[in-house]
Amino acid sequence: MAAAAAERERYNEDIVRLFTLATIFWGIVGFLVGTFIAFQLAYPWLNLPYEWGTFGRLRPVHTSAVIFAFGGNALLATSLYVVQRTCRTSLFGGPALAYFLFWGYQLFIVLAATGYVMGITQSKEYAEPEWYVDLWLTVVWVVYFVIFFGTILRRREPHIYVANWFYLAFIITIAMLHIVNNLAIPVSWFGTKSYIIWSGVQDAMIQWWYGHNAVGFFLTAGFLGIMYYFIPKQAERPVYSYRLSIVHFWSLIFLYIWAGPHHLHYTALPDWAQVLGMTFSVMLWMPSWGGMINGLMTLSGAWDKLRWDPVLRFLVVSVAFYGMSTFEGPLMSVRQVNALSHYTDWTVGHVHSGALGWVAFVTFGALYYLVPRLWRAERLYSIRLVEWHFWISTLGIVLYVTSMWVSGIMQGLMWRTYDSLGFLQFSFVETVEAMHPFYVVRALGGVLFTAGALIMAYNLWRTMRGEVREEEALPAQLGALRTAPAR
Amino acid sequence: MAHEAERDPVTGQQTTGHEWDGIKELNTPLPRWWVYLFWATIAWSVVWWILYPSWPWLTTYYPGLLGSNQRLEFAERWQAAEAERAAWLDRIRESGLAEISADPELFTFASRGGEVVFKENCAACHGLGGAGQRNYPSLADDDWLWGGKLEDILLTVRHGIRDPSDPDTRESRMPAFADLLTPEEIADVASYVLSLSGQASDPEAARRGAALFAEQCAACHGDDGRGIREVGAPDLTDAIWLYGSSPEAVRAQIADPRHGVMPAWAGRLSEEALKMVAIYVHALGGGE
Repeated sequence: MAAAAAERERYNEDIVRLFTLATIFWGIVGFLVGTFIAFQLAYPWLNLPYEWGTFGRLRPVHTSAVIFAFGGNALLATSLYVVQRTCRTSLFGGPALAYFLFWGYQLFIVLAATGYVMGITQSKEYAEPEWYVDLWLTVVWVVYFVIFFGTILRRREPHIYVANWFYLAFIITIAMLHIVNNLAIPVSWFGTKSYIIWSGVQDAMIQWWYGHNAVGFFLTAGFLGIMYYFIPKQAERPVYSYRLSIVHFWSLIFLYIWAGPHHLHYTALPDWAQVLGMTFSVMLWMPSWGGMINGLMTLSGAWDKLRWDPVLRFLVVSVAFYGMSTFEGPLMSVRQVNALSHYTDWTVGHVHSGALGWVAFVTFGALYYLVPRLWRAERLYSIRLVEWHFWISTLGIVLYVTSMWVSGIMQGLMWRTYDSLGFLQFSFVETVEAMHPFYVVRALGGVLFTAGALIMAYNLWRTMRGEVREEEALPAQLGALRTAPAR
Repeated sequence: MAHEAERDPVTGQQTTGHEWDGIKELNTPLPRWWVYLFWATIAWSVVWWILYPSWPWLTTYYPGLLGSNQRLEFAERWQAAEAERAAWLDRIRESGLAEISADPELFTFASRGGEVVFKENCAACHGLGGAGQRNYPSLADDDWLWGGKLEDILLTVRHGIRDPSDPDTRESRMPAFADLLTPEEIADVASYVLSLSGQASDPEAARRGAALFAEQCAACHGDDGRGIREVGAPDLTDAIWLYGSSPEAVRAQIADPRHGVMPAWAGRLSEEALKMVAIYVHALGGGE
């Protein structure tokens, strides 16, 4: 025990605390902006009479805030926590390099977001920042790789834990995607504008090779790293299958990188590339589900804990949403299905069942695990508030996803309906009119999801202050909800 | 930390003997159904690769057994749809508007086609169904600025209103009377104009305004204020007001008038589409 405590002293937890705070902060920002732009779609008068207050400018603020700011900080916080503990060594490069990584990454976020509202954009989805921000992120990302890989190299464990495989795959692949997709020539050294070196359908292909693998490696591989550490920890059970983790890791990594063309069905992209993209997306189904099986089955012998541990429930429900999204994804990649779903709200619903259900929920679970341990609290301030957060946010996701399914499929069907004379039955405006009620429901789903996150922020803040709320009807066995006996 | 492999008491599985920060791993074999489904998706993909264009090779690619080609399929379906419609469109192109209206079959096709054109191109200003909105006239009533006969409507659609890019556009400018009349005189004329449609106004001011109206306004709006369509001058005696009917709005319109603009659609829409949309608008309720 004394040795363990001494070891713990050597870990750089300061940096993990900073990234944890940034995760909570940017999460709230991203959810608020998302909810606001959802209302803008339902009520266009909410587009403020300034160009920076319109949906077009704020939408990338939302997507970048939730993916790169909330998701990115969550990946940085957890990966730097997990890699130290599973390698039993402190971070390579020492505190200075780690602080550079933290402030460098926050600067990237601020540079990107301020550019968006001022109208500075490359117009590439999820890669909107202009060349100067891209260059800065490249520097920061190389530092991240050096810290992470250096820490693995000096590990004091014979093997590399599976979570670290996923984190490393995420870090390396994102570097490659980021650089290739953003190869651009600035118009001048003092201007923000640049031109991408790719053009036409090649540019589209590179963009969606990037875009799909941002989902695959940022939002999937990285977050599987989170799952592989925090589920066994919170469930206090061994990982279900080492063999499955090997097979699904390599098959996932190999297959994901080919799947991008399914974003370009029925476009100028050649048929053969569409077919390859589609088939590789379908083959990706089982490799994706390997992660789900390993997450869910790790609960073998601990299923009863779901009844009283809402943190574990967040983690398990996130894996369930992961499984649902990774079934829906291959389905939507099939050309004949995509003919209906593409360009509709179905895509938006699909993305959010993954983003809200999987990415955000697994992050919430990890945050509830981390904060009491990082701030040396006995347990979370309130377990009951975690329950409230769980149910309010789950209801929000259900409203969001179901309304977008209905709206998207309706939209797709309306677009393809012909009358007996061969004319399109509905005009675009009529489809927009028909979608209005679903847009309202979606925005309300966003309100609930954000309300849950605010409850979490309050709960974590009280936890950081070392407060513990006396709560009736808490189970006698708190399990992993009570921090390790080390203290 | 490496440990002896041990047996997990709950599942009966061996562990691998690895341990990291207290996390162990079971050595559970791959679930059978997972392996089978994985192979099934691979087999399904191979079938697709054989049937459809798939693997590239230097400058070409394997075309697939089915000879599928999206571009050709699209071109074929497009041509089939064009052919199906060609007979109708030929008749519309060659017929006069009155002829089209008189033939029930052709009229049905034209007004449905016109509806599609209208909803994609006109509804943004005139609203779905042509109900109009503030500053944009309703097309569903019988109050026409430039005429409500089929030929009038077609002319308006074809050349637009005050479109500087079209020399044949419908053109008229109401002078800015702020340069010609004093504010008191403008208020008097406004009182008279309001009295024309029976709205409350100061009778004394309206009497003074009547003289000014006859002098300054009647040339375009008519002696009785019922408007003159040749110059797009609106009827001032009804309750339909494009830019508002409050005394302030009327005074503002006299002092510094707003002029609506509509683009010329000739060149953007086909000849048949122009005719069809004229027929659709004519049938909205106010056609003459």
